[in-house]
Amino acid sequence: MSIDLSQFFEVFFEESFEGLDAMEAELLNLEPGDLDSETINTIFRAAHSIKGGSGTFGFNSVADFTHVLETLLDQIRNGERNLENIHVNLLLKSVDCLREMLGALQVEQEPDLTESNVLKAEFESILNISHGDAQESSSPINSKSLDTYQVDFKPLHHLFKTGNEPLYLFNELADLGECSVSSDLTDIPDIHDIEPDECYIAWTFFVETHENDTKIKEIFEWVEDDATIKITLCGGLFEDDEPTLEQDKIVEERNSEVEVEVTSVKEATSEKNKKPTKTIGESTSIRVGIDKVDSLINMVGELVITQAMLTQLGEGDMTENKQMALKEGLAQLAHNTRDLQESVMRIRMMPISFVFSRFPRLVRDISEKLGKEVELKLIGETTELDKTVMEKISDPMVHLVRNSLDHGLETPEHRIEAGKNPVGKVTLNAFHQGGNIVIEIMDDGNGLNTDKIKSKAIEKGLIEESASLTDDEVNDLIFLPGFSTADAVSDLSGRGVGMDVVKRNIHALNGSIDVTSERDKGSTFTIRLPLTLAILDGQLVTLGKHTYIVPLISIVESLQVDLKQINCVGGGVDVLRLREEYIPILRLFQIFNHTGAIEELDKGLLVIVESDNQKVGLLVDDLLAQQQVVIKSLEANYQKVDGVSGATILGDGRVSLIVDISGLIKLAGLKRAGSQKLAIDKSILESG
Amino acid sequence: MKKILAVDDSASMRQMVSFTLKKAGFDVTDAKDGSEALGIAKQGTFDAVISDVNMPIMDGITLIRELRALPEYKFTPMLMLTTESGLDKKSEGKAAGATGWIVKPFNPEQLLAVIKKVIR
Repeated sequence: MSIDLSQFFEVFFEESFEGLDAMEAELLNLEPGDLDSETINTIFRAAHSIKGGSGTFGFNSVADFTHVLETLLDQIRNGERNLENIHVNLLLKSVDCLREMLGALQVEQEPDLTESNVLKAEFESILNISHGDAQESSSPINSKSLDTYQVDFKPLHHLFKTGNEPLYLFNELADLGECSVSSDLTDIPDIHDIEPDECYIAWTFFVETHENDTKIKEIFEWVEDDATIKITLCGGLFEDDEPTLEQDKIVEERNSEVEVEVTSVKEATSEKNKKPTKTIGESTSIRVGIDKVDSLINMVGELVITQAMLTQLGEGDMTENKQMALKEGLAQLAHNTRDLQESVMRIRMMPISFVFSRFPRLVRDISEKLGKEVELKLIGETTELDKTVMEKISDPMVHLVRNSLDHGLETPEHRIEAGKNPVGKVTLNAFHQGGNIVIEIMDDGNGLNTDKIKSKAIEKGLIEESASLTDDEVNDLIFLPGFSTADAVSDLSGRGVGMDVVKRNIHALNGSIDVTSERDKGSTFTIRLPLTLAILDGQLVTLGKHTYIVPLISIVESLQVDLKQINCVGGGVDVLRLREEYIPILRLFQIFNHTGAIEELDKGLLVIVESDNQKVGLLVDDLLAQQQVVIKSLEANYQKVDGVSGATILGDGRVSLIVDISGLIKLAGLKRAGSQKLAIDKSILESG
Repeated sequence: MKKILAVDDSASMRQMVSFTLKKAGFDVTDAKDGSEALGIAKQGTFDAVISDVNMPIMDGITLIRELRALPEYKFTPMLMLTTESGLDKKSEGKAAGATGWIVKPFNPEQLLAVIKKVIR
């Protein structure tokens, strides 16, 4: 029987990464000296499972490394050794190292063992064992058991020439106890190439015996140089005092029973050739709670009932009573559909703790580096949001937390001077509000220095010296591109990635970020994100016969223009003067190459939208309703189109394109340079 | 078809063990810790139990001890999965009533070789 173990790898990696996360979280909880047995046992178990799994699935480098971890943890768990801070640090480093190793293995690369060997040596010096005797003897301790050994015997081709007859050896092996064998014929060459006096077969035996492995070794002593021999202890049965256990009967059947399993040469080679190709370690699977699946099944059940009801109503002639029932049924169907949609959406939802869990470690490492004492508080860890949103919000959050630690919180001395608790506090708070998830990152540091921000902004030419701004407006300046107040570029923040990038990333998720700050009390960054990327709040606009969707979040206002407010600047771009701002106007009908739309500026409507701090006015015919639309990928169904972020299907079945504002702005820049026209395949628009 | 209860807190090991045993023609039910296994075992009967040792909530040795105390599991073969470094657990497992043990790590063939000793 051959089983392809690689089918279990994905689960193994997933659970190992989870185990490492748990290990890390528990390690950070540990206070050296004050040891909670359940905590240390959880850590031990994680290491133990990874060791077991990696050994089973053939990732020996990981298994070897976790072995030393496990040994140390076992000693701590048993009270043979006290937990010291160096242990915690070493274990944390090992967690990182294991993540890297497993990450490499996941994409089928050999892991780099430099780091793990260094760590392993450190463990070994703690454990006070030299390299050789770390292995434990595999021979059984008590002789009162019936053990099963696997013996792999792969002779070199010249075995017969040395005068050895394998059959004698096998008979001797069978004398030790019940024995089964399978042979590996993969090395047998083509019939024309077979040398009759060469041995091409390898054998695998399972032998059940009271003897230990030295006895087995003795049997093969004479052929040691002519074959590879591997003896592995698989397990065994206790010779219990308890009577009538089934194995007694089985032992009686002593005669060696030989099962030969022939693996055809062809099959074996094809096995070798097929290597699964995988590129990046991106997990595409998702773990879903049983309750979510159950509720889904429940909804589908209801849907089936409704469908049955409607089918029944559809039979025969329509009467007034039936019509009433039909309407009721349709209302029921609408209800079912909505519930079903919500349930399906919930499947993609994961608790934000997946992101939050990174932070205890991050805060610990950074605060150690900065010499600051920090207490991290996490609130609302169970708040759920879409998996994709979660993956993308992690980096901006890390950036914000780093900033809070580096710039926000003061050193303990400064804090004592200011009459504060020397331990600074950073709070991450997540909660739902309307259709959004709100994530707050709060610190009780010195707050944003408005004077400093202002002078910096003036220095960089971002604002006029005479500008009078409220504190909130000043604070918003930190999100402008090219702004950084760090006096010195430190290791942590100020690595060229500014708050503008954070803001841009959040905008890309259709979210927003604000900051409020109070001098000497601290700052709060508030991120608002849609719960899912699959649904968008859209404004329907018309352009001739076509309907487009503008993301509601990017709309600033909509207005009818007075031609007096329009200036034409160089390059044929019209500019609207609106309250001291000059806003370039994009004629959507031109960009999308439609005829039949309103072309005069004063006849249509101008929708002012903002993206990347750039406002533009879009000329459209009219505004229709605002509604939630389900986003369909254009790339997946057709191809990428500049200026369009996706499509949706409207209630009447027509396809409508969702306008990509930042794409449009880029496109407008292009147009001015090369005057290319974007042609949209009309078939997509009319296919609905 | 002989029924086996496989207990392990690691999902990949559970899948591997179940898959291997199913392919060998057994009917397999799995559980992720001792207490879940105990609940399942009480609701039905099994021809053999294979359990990991170190698990949260209830470990494998406690599970074996509890099962062995039940009349319907008095003679049921029970194997524990243990690592080489955990061989000292063997005597503990034996005292709890385990029939035998399987060394971790193991491959499907090794697993079956031992299982076939207690159940066919």
